[in-house]
Amino acid sequence: MQTLVAYVENKPGVLNRVASLARRLAINIDSLTVGPTENEEIARMTIVAHTDEKGAHRLEASLEKLVDVLLAENVSERSLLERDLALIKVLADQKSRPHLMELIKVFRARVIDVAPESLILEVSGTVDKIDGLLEVLRPFGVLEMARTGRIAMTRGGDLLRPPSAPGKPAENEAAVASPAK
Amino acid sequence: MKLTGAEILCESLTKLGVRHIFGYPGGAILPVYDALGKSKLHHILVRHEQGATHMADGYARASGGVGVAMATSGPGATNVVTGIATAMLDSSPVVCITGQVSSKLLGSDAFQEIDITGITMPITKHNVVVSQAGDIARTLREAFVIASSGRPGPVLVDVTKDAQQASCDFNWGAAAPHLPPKRQRISYEQADFDRAVELLNSAKRPLILAGHGIMVSGAMRVFEQFVRAGNFPVAMTLLGIGCFPASDSLNLGMMGMHGEAWVNHAIQEADLLIAIGMRFDDRVTGDLRTYAKGARKIHIEIDRSEINKNVPVDCALVGDAREVVEQLLPLVEHRERGDWLGHIRELKGDSAVRDIQGLPDTGHLYAAHVINDLWKETRGEAIVVTDVGQHQMWEAQYYHHNQPRTLITSGGLGTMGFALPAAIGAKFAKPDADVWVVVGDGGFQMTMSELATIVQEKIKINIAIINNGYLGMVRQWQEFFYDKRYVATPLVAPDFAALANAFGIRGERITSRNEVTPTIRSARESSEPVLIDFRVEQEDSVYPMVPAGGSLHEMIRRPNNPLVETASTEL
Repeated sequence: MQTLVAYVENKPGVLNRVASLARRLAINIDSLTVGPTENEEIARMTIVAHTDEKGAHRLEASLEKLVDVLLAENVSERSLLERDLALIKVLADQKSRPHLMELIKVFRARVIDVAPESLILEVSGTVDKIDGLLEVLRPFGVLEMARTGRIAMTRGGDLLRPPSAPGKPAENEAAVASPAK
Repeated sequence: MKLTGAEILCESLTKLGVRHIFGYPGGAILPVYDALGKSKLHHILVRHEQGATHMADGYARASGGVGVAMATSGPGATNVVTGIATAMLDSSPVVCITGQVSSKLLGSDAFQEIDITGITMPITKHNVVVSQAGDIARTLREAFVIASSGRPGPVLVDVTKDAQQASCDFNWGAAAPHLPPKRQRISYEQADFDRAVELLNSAKRPLILAGHGIMVSGAMRVFEQFVRAGNFPVAMTLLGIGCFPASDSLNLGMMGMHGEAWVNHAIQEADLLIAIGMRFDDRVTGDLRTYAKGARKIHIEIDRSEINKNVPVDCALVGDAREVVEQLLPLVEHRERGDWLGHIRELKGDSAVRDIQGLPDTGHLYAAHVINDLWKETRGEAIVVTDVGQHQMWEAQYYHHNQPRTLITSGGLGTMGFALPAAIGAKFAKPDADVWVVVGDGGFQMTMSELATIVQEKIKINIAIINNGYLGMVRQWQEFFYDKRYVATPLVAPDFAALANAFGIRGERITSRNEVTPTIRSARESSEPVLIDFRVEQEDSVYPMVPAGGSLHEMIRRPNNPLVETASTEL
């Protein structure tokens, strides 16, 4: 599994281009999250892909060839924080509820909705942590689940910021149409 | 100044230096055609939109500039797909403009509405829908920048009919390209560069693999200096042909599936491969597990995604071929390489006696003869535009190109039907050039309707049909790998000479070798286009051949014919 971070133009069709590229390279995307950045014209993607280092290089370099992708970086080998968020609706009757509350505490999840027969839990953390919680909840009866997919950020001073320079005007626009070289 | 979107489109193309547009009108592009009529742009009416894109592609390849194709929405747009994919695979800068239904109808399955940007997403470098007249000029300027910069490629601009019809202020200065800010990567570390220099100067058996990128970056002159500086032998990819003179003793010729045996053996025996502007296509490498095992590899390539894609390399210098070679040039040390160059000469000697060119005239007409005679008669100075198949490989083997952009051929996609329309485009780019179509009887029948375009535009092109009555390359594979079961390869064709006459073009039919040169000469002397139907040996094969997926050094060699004399490659 390889993790890539990409900054892209925040406009229609870009997600399609990124997804279409992965499909063309026969790379299965495990999760892909997109959200706006502090600059509303730029969105940040975290792509987790079923591929090896070579495949990730290919994906990274091919992504950067897309006009709408400002930057793509394979961060798999970097010191990285990854987080996934899940909402889990679990069966909870009077009898099982106390036991559930114990588990919720252990996993540092939160109860965000209480109904007579069920609870909705919110949990964030690494994929392993959420998978672990899911494992122990399963015997109680998981009714529904929604997960965001991973977001990732490199630690400390290892910054991955979108290039901010304004669009470089065509280097030799006048020359491109007429036969050159 | 207020103009309609259609007028802005024509005005923008004019300002971008465009003079020729290859296209076909229709409902959704009609406002642009109306504006075209009032502009100075020369529109060439094609007979099928696929032809328009191949013409724009041929124009781009012959000139080094951008070619422009135009089509209407729906079926007009879907017909450009093959031509766009051809340009994509061969990194050819083509801008394709399609009409689209009005923006308020988008998504309604309106008459002749199709999602052409969706369809062409994986086969364009970029594509975009324009639905505002005010965005047309900027978008076109961006399209030209994208198509021609870096590793070139096709860009499709889909313009809705309401955007063509609406009026708005036209301000060229305010419509400057505004492309997203891209991360500027350092192309290579100093350590990689130093390593490359060390490898270049320490190699005993180096070999350059020269590709299309040398031409695209305009590196021909510095490349030649580089070759001489290091005394490096050079092998060419199909699309690299012409970037270094074939007449030069250091030029070994084409590599790969139908490369000459000495070239492929040299690759397998080299201790250093210097790959420049090429991408280790499977037709070039054969089996990757046995490819150039003893060689270190330097890869000079502008597209980072090509590095280590097929062949792992020891040293990658990502960048423009000309710039990188310019940097390396002063550091390359001259070596005599007597043993290595002598060894390659020995390998070559063996192949020469197997060469079909030297066959005495036995009354049979071989395609290799036709192409070799065409080369001699045109003194190697024609622009030859080929189709795809056996004749294409024979062209690469027997027509020796000394100038860049004189062989125009569909390499990556291998598009049959490419030759005739691409040659028309090349002729518009180089009106004074002697342009020859070399095409098989199969591929010619795919796009032969463009003969009418030649007549309507009154241009002079010569067409050599290498007619063997088969889809020859497929037949050859059936002969070698399917026990001669010739399924769907025998091919009935019309009388091409009579067909040419019906179009108003002079047609000739040639069946023996002694007629070849006089007919080529007479075609060249004529100011009118001439079509020559060469009836060649039917079951001839292209040799040598590396079977698909086979090792490069394990070729099916040309049959050793005792009648064969030593071939001459002197003009």
